[in-house]
Amino acid sequence: MTRLFQQAHPDRFFNVGIAEAGMVDTAVGLALGGKIPFASAFAALLCYRALEQIRTCVAYNNANVKLLAGYAGVSDFKDGPTHHSLFDLAVMRAMPNMAVVVPADGPELMALIPEVAEYRGPVYLRISRAEMPRLFGEKDKVRIGTGRVLEEGRDLTLATTGIVLHRVLEARRILGRKGLSARVVEFHTLKPFDEALACRCAQETGALVTVEEHNVIGGLYGAVCEALSQRIPVPVLPVGIQDRYTCTAPDPESLWDYCGLRAEDIASRAEELMLLKR
Amino acid sequence: MAYHSEESIRNLEKIARGLRLKSLEMICRRGAGHPGGCLSAADIIAALYFHKLRVDPARPQDPDRDRFILSKGHASAVLYAALAERGFFPKDDLQDWGKLDCHLQGHPERLKTPGVDMTTGLLGHGVNVGAGLALAARLNRKTYRTYVLLGDGECQAGIVWEGAMTAAKFRLANLTLILDNNDVQLDGFVHDIMPLQPIIDKWKAFNFAVLEIDGHNLRQILEALDEVEHIHDRSAIIVAYTVKGKGVSFMENSHEWHGAVPSAEQMAQARQELLAGA
Repeated sequence: MTRLFQQAHPDRFFNVGIAEAGMVDTAVGLALGGKIPFASAFAALLCYRALEQIRTCVAYNNANVKLLAGYAGVSDFKDGPTHHSLFDLAVMRAMPNMAVVVPADGPELMALIPEVAEYRGPVYLRISRAEMPRLFGEKDKVRIGTGRVLEEGRDLTLATTGIVLHRVLEARRILGRKGLSARVVEFHTLKPFDEALACRCAQETGALVTVEEHNVIGGLYGAVCEALSQRIPVPVLPVGIQDRYTCTAPDPESLWDYCGLRAEDIASRAEELMLLKR
Repeated sequence: MAYHSEESIRNLEKIARGLRLKSLEMICRRGAGHPGGCLSAADIIAALYFHKLRVDPARPQDPDRDRFILSKGHASAVLYAALAERGFFPKDDLQDWGKLDCHLQGHPERLKTPGVDMTTGLLGHGVNVGAGLALAARLNRKTYRTYVLLGDGECQAGIVWEGAMTAAKFRLANLTLILDNNDVQLDGFVHDIMPLQPIIDKWKAFNFAVLEIDGHNLRQILEALDEVEHIHDRSAIIVAYTVKGKGVSFMENSHEWHGAVPSAEQMAQARQELLAGA
């Protein structure tokens, strides 16, 4: 990915080697000099190795640095758990001044990049290496901080973020065959979070399942529950990685299955949820 | 090379004494701070803020100003004293250092204090951020120079050397590092805790131009700061041999005074010694 940018803009590309911490700080200097740097690395290294740099020099210092966290979640399936980022969203969400953006596919990423560049302040942009079906159109309008209702539904809401969206859509079809009408809502921004949309879904459908390629602690499930608990507490159940480490896999699909992110897992969680719904 | 008159040297020496005294008074009043590192850096700070840096207190955000990063941010008191003396904010503010509503933080903060170019405190960030600022100057065709003051203990942090590689790779001649080489860190001598020798060879091996000076000799400091402007193919580091606690007999060369606060009696003695040095 970075090679493509290098080829297009060699004068604006700086490779500092295997030095994520130094890269983040160098990006801070560029930002203080008036540039809008995108600092790109594996999510696991950017978030975990360079965390202090991100906290102190990017977020606390409110420097206009964009953190491009590639190979995120378990999408680097073949390299194994060392290369997976399972709680990066929790870490970044909890950091004052940091916006957190998680596109679901290529076109949405393309649409979000200019938004991220224009957004004033630090952004953590989480992207995947997995080949994904294209779900969005090239010309879709997106705005940081606003969720999208992709499918309408009455009985419950399937809320999701990132790369597992296609599985959520499949789960909706399974539920439909069982007579359940599920709304599908995609939150490409976890912070600032579209609390109004989450509350509207709670109001109108009475229950939510959150689906994310992330630990069930601190990511989308956290964002949704935090938004609802004080205003409109309804049952919310999480589908995600159950606070554990993962494993190496031959492809991302089988790894998502292993992580409990099958469409069937989502559907059965939704049915469980219906029992909790008043 | 510019000739520096005896008179201008004497004047800077007087300013440096004033900064030393003011730093200690601030630390006493607040009951917290880092006297040793302030005293070792005072001459360098005086040379920068009262001679070399092209800065205008009326326009602290001027995009063309020279940048200064106090990478050893614990010497904040001497920086604050210099900024106030230069007129970036009222001298009375120094009295409020450490109070809840004061813009002067424990360690320097860019967003709160006029004249502070970078938030620092946790060691190791300055070289990388400085490299980024220097890169931005090149991209923006600006002529400002970036100066970074770092401690020798700080050079134990690996990220310093990530920044050194970046500065060397991009031949950032507009970046100057100054090493406050006092051989004392929080809990002992640098040469005992984690030896850095041969420090000159290290920086040379990282492709820096290396100058060695007595960090308490203002003529040598000024001449080194002049000389680095004539190096056009690489970054330079001025290795300034200093004495931690310089100017106060019982503080000199002692780790006990890294972060200790003098008593009223000790402060009286320190004042007497500093004034007698005039």
